[in-house]
Formats: sequence, structure tokens, C-alpha cells
Amino acid sequence: MSAVLALLRRDLKLALRQGIDVALVVLFFLAAGILFPFAVGPAPNLLAAIAGGVVMVMAALAALLSLDRLYLPDFEDGSLDGIMLSPLPLEVVAVVKALGHWLTTGLPLIVAAPLLGLALNLPAAAYVPMLTALLLATPTLSLLGNLGAALTLGSRRAAVLITLIILPLYVPVLIFAMAAIDGTRLGFSGSSAFLGILGAMFVGSLALTPWATAAALRQST
Amino acid sequence: MALFEARNIACKRGEHLLFDLLNFSVASGEALVLTGANGSGKSSLLRVVAGLIQRRAGDFLWNGRTMRPDGDQHRRRLIYLGHGDALKANLTPRENLRFWADLVGLPGGQAVSVVEQALEEDHLEPFADLPARFLSAGQRRRLALSRLRLQPSSAVPLWLLDEPTNALDGEARRRLIVLLGRHLAFGGLIILATHDPLRELPGRHLRIDAYAPGPVDDRADVIHRDHGEAI
Repeated sequence: MSAVLALLRRDLKLALRQGIDVALVVLFFLAAGILFPFAVGPAPNLLAAIAGGVVMVMAALAALLSLDRLYLPDFEDGSLDGIMLSPLPLEVVAVVKALGHWLTTGLPLIVAAPLLGLALNLPAAAYVPMLTALLLATPTLSLLGNLGAALTLGSRRAAVLITLIILPLYVPVLIFAMAAIDGTRLGFSGSSAFLGILGAMFVGSLALTPWATAAALRQST
Repeated sequence: MALFEARNIACKRGEHLLFDLLNFSVASGEALVLTGANGSGKSSLLRVVAGLIQRRAGDFLWNGRTMRPDGDQHRRRLIYLGHGDALKANLTPRENLRFWADLVGLPGGQAVSVVEQALEEDHLEPFADLPARFLSAGQRRRLALSRLRLQPSSAVPLWLLDEPTNALDGEARRRLIVLLGRHLAFGGLIILATHDPLRELPGRHLRIDAYAPGPVDDRADVIHRDHGEAI
């Protein structure tokens, strides 16, 4: 247990000391989202219709942006060897890494999301479903991204590869998150079923991705 | 009897066969010094022994019994220090060492005391609270090697070191030799890759180049000559 906490504490400490990394992710999320009113025009109805989707897509892209700091620094300076040889099972390492990623990207994005919702004229009734959907979707994005980061470790052009591998896996998450946010407007009855599916995706990826991530890490050295 | 033995090990990196039919054994209290040209496979051999990369062929024996180098049990009895320093530039030396102490599972109180002791013994205290990015290459190396002091020799008998004397000044190199000697005196095993002859260490010499794939006749001769060579 103390080893788990040590790894998590170290990752959080490093993220906070390079606070600019966390700030950049949030700034990217806000700045890229705010481009939409300029591009599609400031019509309030149009913006209200796309607001939920823009928030989700921007959250997914912002999460993607920070994936290369998950394993690459540890891989390059040799720390990953020590972590792999520690008594901690590699599957546990993968979960801890994903948790660290979520705490330093997913959580700040959830906090910043209402701000972007405001800028995009998100309907008042959509805030709670949006935040709930983000709360359930961002951990899944972190877990899937974690797998992508491990798979591309040590390859050249890792950043582009991660994007190509991970974006298709993000599609189902986006679809159900959108249905949860926009359900009423799109004519579905209520959003709880879609939130349930998002929750199931999170549990499923929590159960499956650590094994795949650990296997990918073993191949990387 | 040799505590650790390797039989007919082969290692391939990509499509390139680095070495083949490599045999060696290391007894308790003995060091095996790996030498050879750059790229001959010294680092790869250490990583194979650590279980970080897969061997293509061959067996490893611990105490006469075959074992998996990537198994849990083997992982717990070894410490591997590669040519990277495994340090975080934004953490202080104290925090860096504390992380490794916690990661190997030392309980909190003990972790604090072994870290303080390691900082003192390696003369790292003057900059123990400075972010490691301000350290010189030699100081970083000393800090990386301090990880050897965190666990007793009895807990991790097998030390795998990749060019440990790189960037060290004379004084730090001398302290390292004393530390290695102490580990051997406690019955530990050391396998290290180096370009520094390290004549002070009791042990044997293994020239990896001799196992590069080639005509088998030449190899048999070299194995005989180099494997038994004492330094």
C-alpha cells in the first residue's frame, strides 16, 4: 500500500511542480472550445445545440494532449526500470498512473467545464448531466489513454500514434456522453440510462486496460 | 557452489543477435565484471538478467534451480541500476531516494532513517534539499548509486550495475568500491558492466565480445580463456 501511495504522491508532486503542464491542458480546453462561436457564428440556438458536444470533444482532446507525460519521462530517465522491478505488480502501476493522469487532467477539466458551457450558451438544464457525464467519462478516457501511452512507448512519433490508436476508442465514450447530455433535446427519455452505460464503460476499462497496459509496458523495454 | 548461473544464454535486439551460448556463474561474495566494446551487449545482458528483456535461449539457475528472470521472486532479490540515473529533476535528492525507499516497501519510519543514512554516507547532504536538476553529472550519479544503500545486502543479494563509475570523481569512485566490497563481504553478488577495470574488486572478468555470433571454433577457445580469468 505504501508503495502505491509513494508512486501516486510522486506523480502528483511532479505534476504540481511542473504546474504549467496542468494549466496548459485546461487552457487548451477553454481556448479551443471558445473558438467555436467564432467559427460557427454567434447564433445562441446553434451554440446551445452544439455546446455539450464541443465540451466533450475538447475534454477528450485535452486528455489526449497530456498522455505523453505518463510513461515517457520515466522511460527516458530509467525510472521505469526501477518501477517495473519493484514489488508492485505492473497492473497496479498502470492503475496508479491512470489515477494520477485523471487527477491532474480529468478533474481540472471538470472544474473548468461550466466556464466553457457558459461561453457556449449551454442550456441550464444540461449542466448537471454534462458534469455527471464528464465525471464518468474522463476516468475512462484516462484509462484508455494510459493504454495508448504504454503501447507507443519507445516508438518514434509516439504522439501521433497515440492519437491514431486512442481516438477510435474514444468514440463510444463520446457517443454515450453526448446522449446523456443532450438526451432530452434529442428526444431520448432521460439521461440516467446513458450515464449508466458510461459508468459501465468506466468499470469495464478499469477491469481490462490495466492488464493490457502492463503487457504493453513489458514489451517496451 | 555458484549461487547464480547462466547457461547458453542468447540475446537478440531487433534482428541483431548480440551474443549466443553465453555461460557464466557468480558465487556468493563474487563480482562478475562485464567488459567489451560499445554495443557488444553488456547492458542487454544486465537487462536480461534483471528480467527486463527476454532472452532468446538459455537457462538461469539460482541456487542450482532453474528460475524465471522475470519472476516475482527474482525481482525481489535484485537491484538494477541502468545507465540512466532514474532521477526526477524536479524532486530533491531526499525526495528521490525516499520514493525508491517507499517503492520497495520499506515502512515509513525505516524509509526516513535509511534515506538520511544514505545521504550522509554518500556526502549528499549539502544539496539534499535542492531540486536534482541543479546537480552535476557526477552528483547525479552518486545520488543514483545511493539507492544501493537503501536495502540491506541480505534482502537484495544480486546487484546489477551498468557502468556505475561513469562521471564519478576519484573520491566518489573510492566510496563506491568500498560499498561494493562491503556487499561482497556480506555474501552478495555483483554483475557490473564497465569500461573501468575495477581491479580492486575480487571477482572475475567476462568479455562479452567473445560470444558474438561467429565461428564456433574461435568461441570455444575464448570461453575457456576468459571465463576463468581472475583479475
